[in-house]
Amino acid sequence: MTLFYQFHFYVFGLFAVASALLFVTRRSPIAAALWLVNVMISLAALYVMMGAHFVGAVQVIIYAGAIMVVFLFVVMLLNLGHADAIADVRGKGWRLGAGAVGLALLALLLVAVRQRMPAVTVDARPVNAVAPLAESLYRDYVLAFEAASLVLLAAIVAAVVLAKRSART
Amino acid sequence: MLSEALFFSAVLFTIGVIGVLTRRNALIVFMSVELMMNAVNLSLVALSMLHGLGGQVFVVLVMTVAAAEAVVGLAIIIAVFRHFRSVDVQNINLLRG
Repeated sequence: MTLFYQFHFYVFGLFAVASALLFVTRRSPIAAALWLVNVMISLAALYVMMGAHFVGAVQVIIYAGAIMVVFLFVVMLLNLGHADAIADVRGKGWRLGAGAVGLALLALLLVAVRQRMPAVTVDARPVNAVAPLAESLYRDYVLAFEAASLVLLAAIVAAVVLAKRSART
Repeated sequence: MLSEALFFSAVLFTIGVIGVLTRRNALIVFMSVELMMNAVNLSLVALSMLHGLGGQVFVVLVMTVAAAEAVVGLAIIIAVFRHFRSVDVQNINLLRG
């Protein structure tokens, strides 16, 4: 792993963490959603650096593109008014509790990932990274792939049923 | 690279948990859940460098489920908004005992 690569890994990782912190502290849902898009694009860069080119591309297209656009669409559809007018953050007790839970969880996770990881090397040159993934997806995990299509179908039907304005009201 | 990725994943997951616990806007709570899912995806991709491509396949499936979850969740939020005229999660206490 070259120093150049290592440096950019840190840059994008810290960028993701900083964007996530800005995301949870924004009051306006639009600003929060845009910072979350920032997190997702930084994560896509990390995926590409870790050799998962296809997952990085899908992250940009599906997550940062499709899912967050749906979020923004709903935020604008609901038209919640000015952000400061809404008391959005919970009270002091909740915040202290959340901070305690967050610190405990962070300590737990860091202890869990602190153990010596074996050094892995990623080939920085462009390789054909999609074909092995497709082979694995369509051969070993084909049942999960088909089940995912059923999940999507069920989600479409559920969304239409839930969001449809009922005739009675 | 692997341990750094797992570190970033842990930090992002924690930020997502804090977002879920401290915010009252249902949309932002929902986005925090998406952030937690992204953190898990990051650790899956990182560990797939070590254990083969199964992790990346799983990430693709997680993204599928996340899309489905986002659609259904946003539909529920729209229904809640029609009922209460707000998306404050403190309104949603119908099932409280």
